[in-house]
Amino acid sequence: MDEGQAAPKSATDYISHHLTNLSAGGVHVDSIFWGALLAVLFAGGLYLIARRMTSGVPGPLQNFIELVIEWLDTQVRDTFHGASKLVAPLAVSIFFWVFLMNFMDLVPVDLLPAAGEAAGLPHLRVVPTADLNTTFAMALAVFFLIFFYSFQAKGVKGVAAEFFIQPFGKWMLPINFIFKIVEEVAKPLSLALRLFGNMYAGELVFVLIALFTLSAGAHTLGATLAHLGHPTTLLWLIVQVVLGLGWSIFHLLIISLQAFIFMMLTVVYLSLAQEHH
Amino acid sequence: MSIDLTLVVQLIVFVLLVWFTMAFIWPPLRQAMDAREKKIADGLAAAERGQRDLAEAKTEAEKIIKAAREQARSITDQADARAGEIVETAKSEGEAERRRQIEGARSEIDVEINRARDELRGQVAAIAVAGAERILAREIDANAHRALLDQLASEL
Repeated sequence: MDEGQAAPKSATDYISHHLTNLSAGGVHVDSIFWGALLAVLFAGGLYLIARRMTSGVPGPLQNFIELVIEWLDTQVRDTFHGASKLVAPLAVSIFFWVFLMNFMDLVPVDLLPAAGEAAGLPHLRVVPTADLNTTFAMALAVFFLIFFYSFQAKGVKGVAAEFFIQPFGKWMLPINFIFKIVEEVAKPLSLALRLFGNMYAGELVFVLIALFTLSAGAHTLGATLAHLGHPTTLLWLIVQVVLGLGWSIFHLLIISLQAFIFMMLTVVYLSLAQEHH
Repeated sequence: MSIDLTLVVQLIVFVLLVWFTMAFIWPPLRQAMDAREKKIADGLAAAERGQRDLAEAKTEAEKIIKAAREQARSITDQADARAGEIVETAKSEGEAERRRQIEGARSEIDVEINRARDELRGQVAAIAVAGAERILAREIDANAHRALLDQLASEL
């Protein structure tokens, strides 16, 4: 609910308000702000930990980070069979950044937008991965890297052969080319849309759950408290809390899974790119 | 829900993040973890080596103890043999001494017997003379019949 607006709002207004980015100068300021903030938090935090790393007995925080890093590194090594200084750090960056951005979905859905509104921001979306721009930005970076690794491993001739000769031989050249284009374009498209779809849907479900008390006529915190004695309001409030908790717990799984999937597929695509067929 | 310039900005953010991770986060993390892995591996290897050394020392010690036991046994065997030898020697020496003493005693006895025999001879001669004197009731010149008496005595 938007505390700043005392006037009753329709459910449509409420939802569309939640799905509108804060735009300025042709960019989504909120996506960039939260994405960059989380990137800085991740990089800064891990930098501090990395600087104080010891090869002796690790502290609990270092131990935890090492556990995660070691696990990610194992996944990368099992999948990517080549020598590269980039792939493991890339995988770690993707996993942590995507996870943190997804995690913004678990912040109560009205909390930050309400705070933003109090600070004079008309709109605020806090989940950067529920913005196509963010997911496509990462997918595009991966797309370029796929080509970079292809050319690095196979040279222009090898890549050209993959585009024109395989899989049907040189007499089916146009069909080969179309197949390959579809294959390559599908990779970033699926990466970006999968993450976006999951996060967008997750955010939407939180918004819909929040609508329960709104539909009971409780448009502001004050109105909710005033109506608390009213049995319907109380019932909807309980329903909202139970559903919100349930979806949060389920969503915790989804955000971790989506972060892992994005990272894993990136590594798989890069591994495929530098393998000879 | 549109693709716009935000994508480019987010792309830059992402590239910077990956670069930062690659340059400043990954190397020290990996380095420390590798160093610890090596430390642990070295420790395990050292422990294994220590255990092997211990086992080797144990077998070595057993070998030494066995050798010492054998040596002790051979020494006692030798001592036993030597003791038996000494007893044997003492026995045979004692036997020889006994025989020698018996020999001595026997020869002494022989000497005594001869002496007694000589004495008896003299006395028998005198008794014979005295007897003959009584029988003949007259004085027989002892000197005149010495040769005869001596002959008689030697025949005893």
